[in-house]
Amino acid sequence: MNTITDIRKALDNRDISSQELTRQYLSRAKEKNPELNAFITICEDEAMRMAEDADIRMQKGVVGPLTGIPFGIKDAICTRDIRSTASAKVLDTYVPPFDATVIKKIRAQGGVIIGKQNCDAFGHGASNENSMYGPVKNPWDTERVPGGSSGGSAAAVAADMCVYSIAEDTGGSIRQPAAFCNLVGLRPSYGRNSRYGIMPMASSLDTVGPITKTVEDCAIVMEAIAGRDPFDATTVSDSVPAYTQLLHEDIRGVRIGIPREYIVNAREEVLQIIEKAADRLRGLGCEVMDVSLPHTKYAIAVYYVVVPCEDSSNQARMDGMRFGPRGRGANLEETYLQARVVGFPPEVKRRMMIGTFALSHGYYDAYYKKAQQVRTRMMRDFEDAFNKVDVLLAPTTPGPAFKIGEKVADPLAMYKEDVFVIPAAVAGLPAISVPGGFINNLPFGVQFIGPRLTEELILRVAHHFVL
Amino acid sequence: MKLTRDEVEHLGRLARLSLTEEEKAQYAAELSDILEFVEQLQEVDTTDVEPTSQVTGLEDVYREDAVRACDEETRKKIIAQFPEREGDLLKVPGVFE
Repeated sequence: MNTITDIRKALDNRDISSQELTRQYLSRAKEKNPELNAFITICEDEAMRMAEDADIRMQKGVVGPLTGIPFGIKDAICTRDIRSTASAKVLDTYVPPFDATVIKKIRAQGGVIIGKQNCDAFGHGASNENSMYGPVKNPWDTERVPGGSSGGSAAAVAADMCVYSIAEDTGGSIRQPAAFCNLVGLRPSYGRNSRYGIMPMASSLDTVGPITKTVEDCAIVMEAIAGRDPFDATTVSDSVPAYTQLLHEDIRGVRIGIPREYIVNAREEVLQIIEKAADRLRGLGCEVMDVSLPHTKYAIAVYYVVVPCEDSSNQARMDGMRFGPRGRGANLEETYLQARVVGFPPEVKRRMMIGTFALSHGYYDAYYKKAQQVRTRMMRDFEDAFNKVDVLLAPTTPGPAFKIGEKVADPLAMYKEDVFVIPAAVAGLPAISVPGGFINNLPFGVQFIGPRLTEELILRVAHHFVL
Repeated sequence: MKLTRDEVEHLGRLARLSLTEEEKAQYAAELSDILEFVEQLQEVDTTDVEPTSQVTGLEDVYREDAVRACDEETRKKIIAQFPEREGDLLKVPGVFE
């Protein structure tokens, strides 16, 4: 497997140069993209320039863990001089004059950007079908979705079109596609990684993190991108642990809780995977027990009030005035309407109208405030559970990847796909999805959820679990 | 809560979205379903429960109140994004007619 760990060794041993490696990845990405549609932009010239720069660094011995390694970036993340559309036509021509902080950090090490990855427009969706640049296919079965919203990021890693991806998770957009594509995806604690330069969806929930082939790779990327950023006031100043080293410490005595609300209605195959996972963890010296998160069933309702409210405010900036294509109208209002009518897919419009409604006079208390109160109760559920256990184990999704087109006509059915990924997001907790097994020959993920800022612990448990 | 076609039209106008007749009917049905679904939040007792608007516990995060200059290259790149311009100025339709 072409992991960061293995490629680092090959580069350091001079078995291959970054330019040779980048050429291989570019040719594979270009070959597979017509079928999978994982990339919106493949930036060949920029990639080769970055690879050349990386080779010079390596000759000089200025080497970081990610130097010279080709990676991909979700298109909702700003990249200097490389078009960033968020998969919405309202930004079709947008070329950011700056890098998101997490990208700046990887570039500073000499990372090589292969291209920008397809996603649900502005991160709105669980299947990648809300992209205005066409759906992405799951490399495991091209009739199926890769998950969403970071579907292109997961499909690209699964098909080895890049070594790893940087993606964004508001309600599950890293973990769910990672689960559908047999990969590792980490949603960090809210505040752990800077969101500066990430196109905002729901500001109180948005996070940025890696999609990788192994837990070790995930730890390597996290070490590179985590930490406080003066440009994102929600980032915490807690020092970044040495995730890659702590990974190897054993997990004997770690108490694992399985929230019963996540498995009460689960299908038989899911129960078997969770039972097998529990047995494996017991074998590694963990204590596994049953816990309860009573407000789990309200997670989707909380999410689909809070997110559209914050989202509709954030999307107000997409007016075609300062960047992106401008509409052609008789007056200012007509011009706004033009830019937005052609630039947004239906899901973006739905969310903006729900948000506008829920925040309007007379409805605020009943919707936004109520949802934020139930959010508090969900957080208390987690606090109670973490008084008894260290880490939670749960399925990442209700089932494996579904067929393209299967849920597209029913927005609520699509929302319900996120039932197990939303709770940790709402509570701001770190959660990592790792391969858990197969159902009908399709990958199925399990996730580990920890208390705030315990990335070190969930990475360690996940690492031993998949070894 | 059921939304009518007229209410959807009004919301569309507030959110600066122009909608076709077909869309208005479709969104009236879809948005009503979503609002009915989220109604279940009313079952939860939230007496004396504080709403959560952020989870970091950080308060009053300040930075120095200083102007930082933008380098010339970045300035040019920002201006190059303008959909319409006159020289280095952003050209927009008049706000008042």
